[in-house]
Amino acid sequence: MSSYRIQGATGEWEVVIGLEVHAQVTSNAKLFSGASTEFGAEPNTQVSLIDAAMPGMLPVPNRECIRQAVRTGMAIEAVINRWSRFDRKNYFYADLPQGYQISQLYHPLVGEGSLTIEADEKAGIPQDKVIGVERIHVEQDAGKLMHDQHPTMSYVDLNRCGVALMEIVSRPDMRSPAEAGAYVRKLRTILRYVGSCDGNMEEGSMRADVNVSVRRPGEELGIRTETKNVNSVRFVMQTIEYEARRQVDLIEDGGTVVQETRLFDPNTGTTRSMRSKEDAHDYRYFPDPDLLPLELDDAFLEECRASLPELPDAKRRRYVEELGLSDYNAAVLTAEVETFARFETLLAETAKRLGKSEKDAATQVANWSLSVAPGVMNALGDEANPAHATAEAQAAILQMQTAGEISGGQAKEIFEIVLKTGREPAEIAETEGLKQQSDTGAIEAEIDKVLAANADKVEEYRGGKDKLFGFFVGQTMKATQGKANPAVVNELLKAKLG
Amino acid sequence: MSVDQTTVAKIASLARIKMSEDELARMAPELSQILDWVEQLGEVDTSQVEPMTAVIPNTLRLRDDVIDADPLTGGDRRDAVLANAPAAEHGFFGVPKVIE
Amino acid sequence: MTELTELGVKAIRDGVAAGDFTAREVAEAHNTAVAAGGALNAFIVTTPDHALAAAEKVDAARAAGKQLGAMAGVPIGMKDLFATQGVQTTAASHILEGFTPEYESTVSQNLWSAGAGMLGKLNLDQFAMGSSNETSYFGNVISPWRHKDGGNADLAPGGSSGGSSAVVAARIAPAATGTDTGGSIRQPAAFTGICGIKPTYGRCSRWGVVAFASSLDQAGPMARSVEDCAIMLGAMAGFDPKDSTSLDLPVPEWEANLSADLRGKKVGVPKEYRMEGTDPEILDSWERGKEWLRDAGAEVVDISLPHTKYALPAYYIIAPAEASSNLARYDGVRYGLRELPDGAGLQDMYAATRAAGFGDEVKRRILIGTYVLSAGFYDAYYNQAQRVRTLIARDFEKAWAQCDVILAPTTPTAAFALGDKMDDPLAMYLNDVFAVPASLAGLPAMSVPAMLNGNGLPLGLQLIGKAFDEQGVLNAGLAIQQRAAFDAQPEKWW
Ligand SMILES: [Mg+2]
Ligand SMILES: [Zn+2]
Repeated sequence: MSSYRIQGATGEWEVVIGLEVHAQVTSNAKLFSGASTEFGAEPNTQVSLIDAAMPGMLPVPNRECIRQAVRTGMAIEAVINRWSRFDRKNYFYADLPQGYQISQLYHPLVGEGSLTIEADEKAGIPQDKVIGVERIHVEQDAGKLMHDQHPTMSYVDLNRCGVALMEIVSRPDMRSPAEAGAYVRKLRTILRYVGSCDGNMEEGSMRADVNVSVRRPGEELGIRTETKNVNSVRFVMQTIEYEARRQVDLIEDGGTVVQETRLFDPNTGTTRSMRSKEDAHDYRYFPDPDLLPLELDDAFLEECRASLPELPDAKRRRYVEELGLSDYNAAVLTAEVETFARFETLLAETAKRLGKSEKDAATQVANWSLSVAPGVMNALGDEANPAHATAEAQAAILQMQTAGEISGGQAKEIFEIVLKTGREPAEIAETEGLKQQSDTGAIEAEIDKVLAANADKVEEYRGGKDKLFGFFVGQTMKATQGKANPAVVNELLKAKLG
Repeated sequence: MSVDQTTVAKIASLARIKMSEDELARMAPELSQILDWVEQLGEVDTSQVEPMTAVIPNTLRLRDDVIDADPLTGGDRRDAVLANAPAAEHGFFGVPKVIE
Repeated sequence: MTELTELGVKAIRDGVAAGDFTAREVAEAHNTAVAAGGALNAFIVTTPDHALAAAEKVDAARAAGKQLGAMAGVPIGMKDLFATQGVQTTAASHILEGFTPEYESTVSQNLWSAGAGMLGKLNLDQFAMGSSNETSYFGNVISPWRHKDGGNADLAPGGSSGGSSAVVAARIAPAATGTDTGGSIRQPAAFTGICGIKPTYGRCSRWGVVAFASSLDQAGPMARSVEDCAIMLGAMAGFDPKDSTSLDLPVPEWEANLSADLRGKKVGVPKEYRMEGTDPEILDSWERGKEWLRDAGAEVVDISLPHTKYALPAYYIIAPAEASSNLARYDGVRYGLRELPDGAGLQDMYAATRAAGFGDEVKRRILIGTYVLSAGFYDAYYNQAQRVRTLIARDFEKAWAQCDVILAPTTPTAAFALGDKMDDPLAMYLNDVFAVPASLAGLPAMSVPAMLNGNGLPLGLQLIGKAFDEQGVLNAGLAIQQRAAFDAQPEKWW
């Protein structure tokens, strides 16, 4: 259980949080029209006659949008409703040309499911926690109003109008801003794995309606407020902190919380009541008579299931159990689609080159991916061209290192050159002299010189001063300008010193 | 009378139709008469009946995810979309300024 | 040579194809009739050039030896509920005055593709809400018919397709499009002595037709014979991927399969349609209808449609509910009227625009619809109505075990005088009591003229068929047409 509490003047308060996340479905065309969903186009250029609600226009649903919502539902192990319907939510606003939003109230496409947020001691989440998802329904996005372009007018751009959204409604299962933040991050990860939403919060591909109420720990639910369209994890957490505090203060001052729609102001980190939604409580929902019931057949559902990728939790478990990675490394590598994708490509390439199983190469590749490579990249900054960091190049470096041809330091130096120039690692090692010496004869000659020059130390060593071994290694490495293979040096030194 | 003038005023506001007191006074008995009449539906026992969903046996067809396949249902036709607008400016629809 | 305006769809099409006259001659004759028919107020705009251009195309195609379409050379009236590209489309409402669509409705496009031309956009009840064509912002349509006693009270042409019925009856157009939500094709057809068929829900695309009640709206033809209706319906119908409710079925060969031989067919007569207060002459026409169908070889059987009396109240919940939502888009932002009082905000603009733009009947229905959908009332009104609708559809389902087609009156009375029912909305609604059940069940239904009443006004008979069986409806209609031999037409006074 979360121990997050608001300290009020009269005692402790618990926060209860539910999130309705609107995620834009990844599709080429809109939910009910053939207009493009591309972000950032000229105003009203991606608007069909249907989106502009011209008289006599009718909606025809986009199969891909339904498919992506079903796949998302499957990814959170939710009930998929084979029979669902679209309803109209009626209200008047300038971003809503039809005068209603086509949504799903009575029979959503996806029913009950859940996702797990991971323990995070520092954030006050002592153990993994399952957050219930009540439903996912599919609906239309609204257009956009611009208020600052004209002294007396607002401008309406309908480009977003009709883009497919999934509304993912959680149970009120979260008890702290950190849990809510973890929930949004986890949901985003799942959506990006599934490929049903790009998760781009800056472009509005994901936004959350944040429902917050407070209560004395263990008591009945309080009255909630809904803060609309909060578009980053940080803002979601700020909204909760602000709202919880506001509500506690309000109640402790003898007031009551009003169930209302609020707006988050990112500049001040506060929320305020939304005037424009004053009478938005009576939406007169009813089944959209332009659309028949949506019935999904076995083949459709089968394809949705078959096309699901390995999901974050399963992947993380596999990294630990089958690849033998640490919990931490597995968590970091699976957090982002790009990260695991790069890792898995590099792992496959490296294992192939080394003739090893992926399991045997995994730890080395994980270390390279999580610390060595990012270290080099960060140090280079703008000089690095990430496009040069191909799996082939990195696997080639790892292969040379494993074979003892290059040292760890040389590997970094080679990777640095690769990043700057895109040259071949093997060629770099050759031309830049970045190779270890494994030729025993040459190394032996150097060792002989070192031992001869330090006869006194040799005596001491033989007299029992074991620590001096490192000194001989260092001298030999120095004499070979660091190019000698340390393993070979060790072996030879041991033999010679007896 | 099933709806009084206040109720009609509320509905009219929900439907965004401005109505004078006179109109409301005229409309209230008319609506009441109609609503009283339709309330006879309450006599019908429908406890075992599902509401009609599709009048003709037919299920929802889905469209392929293709952009602008048909100009009649696609985008990229701003001029047509704005052609009848009472106030179109700089490619936008203009409306009285909204305070959110 | 017969007057070209006396010819129906088939006669014009066949005459043009045979070279008896040119399509252009036909278009010109009808354009002239349109121009002379102003007193009926049947058109909101006339489009003589459209008719001429279509005719010239047909004449050129014929000259080139090309295959001609099913409506080649036939100029028609287009109910002003169908969006026509470049031609004002208003739904007879002030709120859409001046609206010029950048698109063509599927049904009208189908007709143009079949070689038809457009004489003009026909007046109607505003947003198709009405049964007398008295709710149009552009004034009443006046029926070409008058009482035979010479009384010159203006009569209602029926509604909502009142402009359509008036011009077809008056020989101004050989045919016109109609739309039927709760009788809007059949009732005006009955009032004016013409034929009209509402096909199975989904046969004709709703794309580009101004929506009234989406689950009920269907387009259909209005013409002076069953054959003409069969031809024109064939041209209008067809699968449209732009309409989710469109039937993905081939269009049957209705014209080719017309047959008045009803041997082996059973005609059901629903006892519940014998309502208290129904005009005795209507009942008389019904009796004659049974005789005619028997004469055509059919067996007439008594059937029961027990929920008939609940059809109209269910309709007056469902249709306004859908309309209240469908008409929310008329808000003064993207097209049509905008009323912007001084200092008005967005929501004030909506309220002012809709107040100024919608007529009384439209407002009444929007308010009813808004009320029955509003919080706390949805289940008791809307859901209950949709449950009753299921029962009504089930009644028909059961009836099909006993019969192939149903015969009933189209309307409870003949045409009434304009103004007669305008201050009693309920009395007006009752006009559609026989028409609405088939609409609620999505079934094909047709009105064919049966006889004149004592006042010299037409009475229609209604045929209701199984889903997808327009052919059965048309064939029974043809059997009646042949025996009724209805050839009365209004005396020209306009
Ligand atoms: Mg919400
Ligand atoms: Zn939503």
